[in-house]
Amino acid sequence: MSQLIVSPSPHIRSERTTRNIMLDVIIALCPAVIASVILFGWRAFLIEAVCVASCVLIEYLCRLLMKREQTIGDLSAVVTGLLLALNLPVTIPMWVAVFGCFIAIAVTKQLFGGIGQNFANPAIAARVILLASFGGYMTNFTAPFDYSGVDAVASATPLALLAGGADAVASASSAAGGAQLPSLMQMFLGVKAGCIGEVSALALLMGGVYLVARRVIKPITPLVFIGAVFVFSGILGADPVYQILSGGLMIGAIFMATDYATTPTTNWGKAVFGLGAGLLTVLIRQYGNYPEGVSFAILLMNILTPQIDKLLTRKPLGGKKVEKHA
Amino acid sequence: MLKLNGLKLLHYKNSQDAGTVEMPVPKAVRIPMVQHMGAPCVPVVKPGERVLAGQLIGDSDQAFSVPVHSSVSGTVKAIEDYVSSSGALVKRVVIETDQVQEEIPHAPRTANTQAELVKAARDAGLAGLGGAGFPTHIKLNYKDVDRVDALVINAAECEPYITSDYREMLECPDDILNGVKTVMKCLNIQKAWIGIEDNKPEAISLLNQKTAGTNIKVEALKSIYPQGAEKVLIYNTTGRIIEEGEIPADKGVIVMNVTTVANLWRFLQTGMPLTHKRVTIDGSVVKKPMNVRVPLGTMVSDLLDFAGVDKDQVKKALMGGPMMGTPLDTLDTPIIKNNNAILLLDEKDAAPPKTTACIKCGRCADVCPMNLLPAQLEKAFDREDAETLETLKVNLCINCGSCTYVCPAKRNLAQKNQLAKGFLKRKNQG
Repeated sequence: MSQLIVSPSPHIRSERTTRNIMLDVIIALCPAVIASVILFGWRAFLIEAVCVASCVLIEYLCRLLMKREQTIGDLSAVVTGLLLALNLPVTIPMWVAVFGCFIAIAVTKQLFGGIGQNFANPAIAARVILLASFGGYMTNFTAPFDYSGVDAVASATPLALLAGGADAVASASSAAGGAQLPSLMQMFLGVKAGCIGEVSALALLMGGVYLVARRVIKPITPLVFIGAVFVFSGILGADPVYQILSGGLMIGAIFMATDYATTPTTNWGKAVFGLGAGLLTVLIRQYGNYPEGVSFAILLMNILTPQIDKLLTRKPLGGKKVEKHA
Repeated sequence: MLKLNGLKLLHYKNSQDAGTVEMPVPKAVRIPMVQHMGAPCVPVVKPGERVLAGQLIGDSDQAFSVPVHSSVSGTVKAIEDYVSSSGALVKRVVIETDQVQEEIPHAPRTANTQAELVKAARDAGLAGLGGAGFPTHIKLNYKDVDRVDALVINAAECEPYITSDYREMLECPDDILNGVKTVMKCLNIQKAWIGIEDNKPEAISLLNQKTAGTNIKVEALKSIYPQGAEKVLIYNTTGRIIEEGEIPADKGVIVMNVTTVANLWRFLQTGMPLTHKRVTIDGSVVKKPMNVRVPLGTMVSDLLDFAGVDKDQVKKALMGGPMMGTPLDTLDTPIIKNNNAILLLDEKDAAPPKTTACIKCGRCADVCPMNLLPAQLEKAFDREDAETLETLKVNLCINCGSCTYVCPAKRNLAQKNQLAKGFLKRKNQG
């Protein structure tokens, strides 16, 4: 008889692995990827491919350099690459996209210790830094179905138009021959100017439903986040339905505000996160210098997450209060 | 009402229809002096001595202990040391059997008071048969008899694979009910619950029939692991929460395993102490899952020969269920009172998975029945942070293993909690 294996209980494990969670997120992003290609052409797919490849390569090199175990097999770098790509305009120069991947993986993720250790969502942090550093490239949006890529005619996003950016309206209308706000149905399907993966609420919602059904995410954060934007926009006099279909809210609420490492653990914590992010989004949209505020709102709430988790910690069953040591 | 966290597991109750088979007495048994939680017994027999089935062979003058009886008739060959599966050095009495199974003289007993019940439980050699092995006579011997008004019978059997309690319910329902009634009478308890997971509808309907018109309530519990954990079961039957540092009696409850209470009745009926235990045999190596009534002290290897299990295929052998069972380092380990299953796993099921980094998904916290934060506890233990371990209440962990089970990074969270408890204990002792 051979040696018996002795290991701590339990002796059975669930089927869930980090890798198959990430795979589910990738599957959930597929509708948005398909929508991006339909709306903005093959260059959208090229951006996605470049970002995924860059993120995986950068993660590989970081782990090699740090003499740490390789982690590219967990597919989290693929998810980050995909999310960052979907948050870029179709006109983005490839070197800017690759620089974003470096910010996301090397700076935001690996310098803090790799998967699970980062305090900010890598794709969000990269988007915010790119927006601050390359504002021109990052806001060079084009109209959908104009497949001429980098040479496409500039077009303003609905939020830019709403922000009353007279310049935006003027330049867009002179160039594109009249800038009209898209209809609600166009907003829902994604027929509007914007980042390649954020425009189609339909595609993103399909992914969200898949993630909830597969129990990868809980619906609390997205529902509270989107609900808060709806309510606060209404209070401030904006069209709430239009607001929730605009900008990066859907992709942010469904895919970024549900990131495990950078958002609260408890259900109440998730609700507070969603509420705070929703409120900040509306305030930035209404009063800020930028027409869009989802990324900033999520990033700020990422930073507050440890405090939220600490304040809203759970009471163990039958646990008594610990006397503070003097 | 508060809903406790829990886990849906696949049940694998493959042996549920396997009626109990009696194992013939093996050539020799090796009966350990510790088959319970508490002080070890000292052998009261010597090599060369003839012993009868049911004869006292080990006892202790410590209160927190349970006497040990011979399961067979035969000759004491030796008293030897062995390392038990819990890692303790334990004495065991080796008895060569004579196959006659001559029993000690025994006669029915009666119990009408707490004192008589406590004495009967001790003389019966009863320890909690569900797995923990807590001395039954200690549990029943609480001060101030009116303090307890509720008896909860643990028949949840929430671990996958195991069906030994289920077979007890189907095969000996009257022993269970008479045992429950006796305990209620002796302890002046007004209300009893029998908590059974709803994946055992036959047992529920049978016991429902038998308890009609009594103040014993059969409670069909959701099949959510760990339904059979003492605090979880008490809450889901009586609605009472056992606070930190309390025992169930502090909240007016005592909990007994269903097979323990049946054996208490059988002792009162016959005067024969506990000599055998029903054990489920299952796992990926086992072709024909069984329930076997085994003489205590029988070697697992002899039991596997009887059950027709290919020992060469076995890569991991568990005493108990897959969630909380103890892995054996050798099949030459004797069956003891609190064994309810021997699970035999092949290469594929035996290998522990590779551990990766925590992704802070929160699944461990979502399933913890004690509402703890296992991932944070692990980090606190790794940095030897005693204060955080105490604030986050690591000592409330019941080691059910749910956190480890769900972890996508395959971290050994439950094990870390046990290590953390030891760390705190050493630290507080200075």
